[in-house]
Amino acid sequence: MRESPAGEHAHPTAGVYLRVAAVLVILTVIEVGVFYVPAFHPVLVPTLLILSAVKFTLVVMFYMHLKMDSRFFTFLFGGPLLLAMVMTMGLMFLFGAFVLKR
Amino acid sequence: MAPAAAAAHHTSLGLDSRKMAFWAFIGSECLLFASLISTYLIYKGRSLVGPYPDILNIPFTSISTFDLLMSSLMMVLALAAVQRGDLKWAKMWLFLTALLGMFFLAGQVYEFTSFVHEGLTLQRNLFGATFFVLTGTHGAHVTVGVIWLLTLWSRALRGKLGKANALTVEICGLYWHFVDVVWIVIFTVVYLIQ
Repeated sequence: MRESPAGEHAHPTAGVYLRVAAVLVILTVIEVGVFYVPAFHPVLVPTLLILSAVKFTLVVMFYMHLKMDSRFFTFLFGGPLLLAMVMTMGLMFLFGAFVLKR
Repeated sequence: MAPAAAAAHHTSLGLDSRKMAFWAFIGSECLLFASLISTYLIYKGRSLVGPYPDILNIPFTSISTFDLLMSSLMMVLALAAVQRGDLKWAKMWLFLTALLGMFFLAGQVYEFTSFVHEGLTLQRNLFGATFFVLTGTHGAHVTVGVIWLLTLWSRALRGKLGKANALTVEICGLYWHFVDVVWIVIFTVVYLIQ
């Protein structure tokens, strides 16, 4: 008998894993490319944050299997992650990291 | 009853209690790394003396990032091999995952050493303190992951890692991928957004 509990869903195939890896590598190359292209500097921060968020989501959904697994695991991970993001923004706000330059 | 069946711990939700506990642990780790990243961001640009973040080596760290992403791929391939009972490939993928983890750690040792030679230490300035604590904590997590992977690889070499142990490998994989996603954030926030 496998250790897998009831309710477990099938994991992706090796082909899906390879395609996700290819997308992750392409996104990393774009990130580094954007960093070196001066034309992107006005939108550097939002661009990099979006690319990073996409990479983060791909790994969590496909490699950590949250896309196929129980919603309860998504709650166990997503709840603290949301709290962590709110805490980071709150601390940065409190310590003046968002003060606008005049 | 087979030993693996006896080892299964189901909860009232029908989910394995070890997997559930591990997801809760990963959730708590999110808060740990969020506090370290927040501290880095809050003190960013407030160092009174150099060296400043412009000493960060982006091409070198990009290779380290690629290395860690590939190790995550090896990890899922190792899990897939264990799930189909293919011990030969499970051994190969587990070893490659650990090896790529060790390459990452070697890169971090090289990076830290070169920074110390340039005068950046934990006590030098706010950048040094927050940078070394954040990336050092991540490196400590990678070290734990490599030891865990080598333990699984050793079990596989002795033929003690079969289909019945797929969940054990999956939980190790959850840890390893978490370490990877933390690095995805650190690479962007610390290295690319200067």
